[in-house]
Amino acid sequence: MASPLPLQGNPPAAPAAPTAGAVPRVRRVPAAQRVSAAARLGTAVAVGLVMMFPLYWMVTIAFSPNADVFSRELKIWPSEWTLDNFRTVFGSFPTATWFGNSVVITAIVTVLTVTVNLLSGYAFAKLDFRGKGVIFLLVLSTMMVPVQVLMVAQFRLVTELGIYGTFWAVILPSAASAFGIFLARQFIIAIPDELLEAAKVDGAGNIRIFLQIILPLCKPLIAVLVLLTVMYQWNDFAWPLIALKDSQLFTLPIGLLYLRGQYGADYGAIMALALVSITPIVIMFLAFQKYFVQGLARSGIR
Amino acid sequence: MSADTSAREESTGGASPRAGPGATSTARPGREPRRQRSTLTSYGFLGPNLVLLGIFLFLPLGWAFLISFQESSGFGASGWVGLGNYRRLITDPTFWQSALNTAVFTLITVPLSLALGLGLAVLMNSVLPGRRLFRTLIYLPMVISGVATALMGVLLFDEATGILNKLLRGGGLAGVPWQSEGTAAFASIILVTLWIRVGFNMVIYLAGLQGISPELYEAAKLEGASSWQQFRHLTIPLVGPSTFFLLIMDVIYSFQVFDTIFVMTGGGPGRSTSVLVTYAYENGFVTRDQSYAAAIGIVIFLLTLIFTAIQWRGNRSRDTAG
Repeated sequence: MASPLPLQGNPPAAPAAPTAGAVPRVRRVPAAQRVSAAARLGTAVAVGLVMMFPLYWMVTIAFSPNADVFSRELKIWPSEWTLDNFRTVFGSFPTATWFGNSVVITAIVTVLTVTVNLLSGYAFAKLDFRGKGVIFLLVLSTMMVPVQVLMVAQFRLVTELGIYGTFWAVILPSAASAFGIFLARQFIIAIPDELLEAAKVDGAGNIRIFLQIILPLCKPLIAVLVLLTVMYQWNDFAWPLIALKDSQLFTLPIGLLYLRGQYGADYGAIMALALVSITPIVIMFLAFQKYFVQGLARSGIR
Repeated sequence: MSADTSAREESTGGASPRAGPGATSTARPGREPRRQRSTLTSYGFLGPNLVLLGIFLFLPLGWAFLISFQESSGFGASGWVGLGNYRRLITDPTFWQSALNTAVFTLITVPLSLALGLGLAVLMNSVLPGRRLFRTLIYLPMVISGVATALMGVLLFDEATGILNKLLRGGGLAGVPWQSEGTAAFASIILVTLWIRVGFNMVIYLAGLQGISPELYEAAKLEGASSWQQFRHLTIPLVGPSTFFLLIMDVIYSFQVFDTIFVMTGGGPGRSTSVLVTYAYENGFVTRDQSYAAAIGIVIFLLTLIFTAIQWRGNRSRDTAG
């Protein structure tokens, strides 16, 4: 992956010559350059270690016996590898249920959000209608509004609707997200109009055009939208914290906070659950890094 | 958000199935008669989204304005107090402390995120063995939940059992009072935020760097420019659009940081790490002064709106210039 956003027309990756790593060339490189190459590598290794360390430490503590955490001496490696913390987390807390809740809520929000955003993206990109500019601006203006602005009113709304404390209280406000609309519009706008015109000549309506022409061309877009929505929803904290009350219905982030409330400084258990909660997203990220990075760069959300 | 300046559009190529420069969506002659039907169809496509946004976003937004002009009385608000809640804000020292903390936090994290992001982007754009692995490591914190990240912070910065203090004490130094002293707690939050945030800054800068023609650097080298001079007089000006975009996004991110602070310090010790979003939450759902929380929310909303508007203006002027 030469570029984090690698698609057609890979831009010339600045100073990186294609064969820079080849042995015969290194010999011809002057000493000063070799020193600077070593300095670059050293810096990169240092940065990599700093970025990795919190994750390494989480894993270490999750697999360490409790005594290690509280011992006064410094242990950089568990005195013995143990699954005790995971037994605590799964045995004394409804962790499996929390995991399932996260999966269900994330899945429903993702299907809802991606579907409605693709539909809107098509309308904003390819259809011509009254009020288009105003509505687009209005929709976009909501993208940066943090939940703390809306939380009191949203809380009253879900209470009035009678869904407070249920999954729907989390799902419906979360599905009302605009960030995908922008991405979808931008992608679909680049699909050549000629394709659509040809389909219209053949008598296809907008629904058929959307299903048979737009959607098949949108696979990369759908991948990006799905991955970002899954990540965002899986990690979401502030709103589920407000919308859920029954500990059996908690999602993993809320469960993590709950566990911490119960166990205080028992970092072993807390880190075990933290590890359980981040693993699916980390695996997804490692498998689909290209799409993640591209989506994050283009949508501007994190 | 509109991540795309026209410059980035070219450099990233994007996921767009762009066929050629002619592929635009401008209306062509002969469309006019279909417009009426098209409007109906369009709202059919927009409908589901507009219903969701209308009910769960715009309605609460309007409602929040109304609540902010009412008084909190137990469950549900009643009684209009006009600007009463806003007047209270002006004389509330905790509000001002939170606003000041928000500003200081933003002023420290944003320039550091930008500088680290650019530095790492330049490094990761150069010839480097294992470049892909290093990039992955820097991106990784971006995708990890705020709660898990904050709990890692709690683990590392724990005054008694955290590894940072153990390392310091092992080196014969005194441990830092990360939890009991305001400045140290503030610093710990900044460090965690940078850890999360540097990857995003690097992504955007990498895209910016890859849009710069290598010939410019060749020319500068022929003129005898040093690496620093190339960085200072070529790289920094040429990634200007990325810097502007990141500046706005980082500012918005920083003054909305909730998970990290809420979980790591809860605004403490005392009020030393309380920020506007955590103070709003505290009023809304801890002390249950919901009208006051709504008023703080409106202040946050107006600030967000200002920066979003700046971002759009910036984008538009660059788009027309380019």
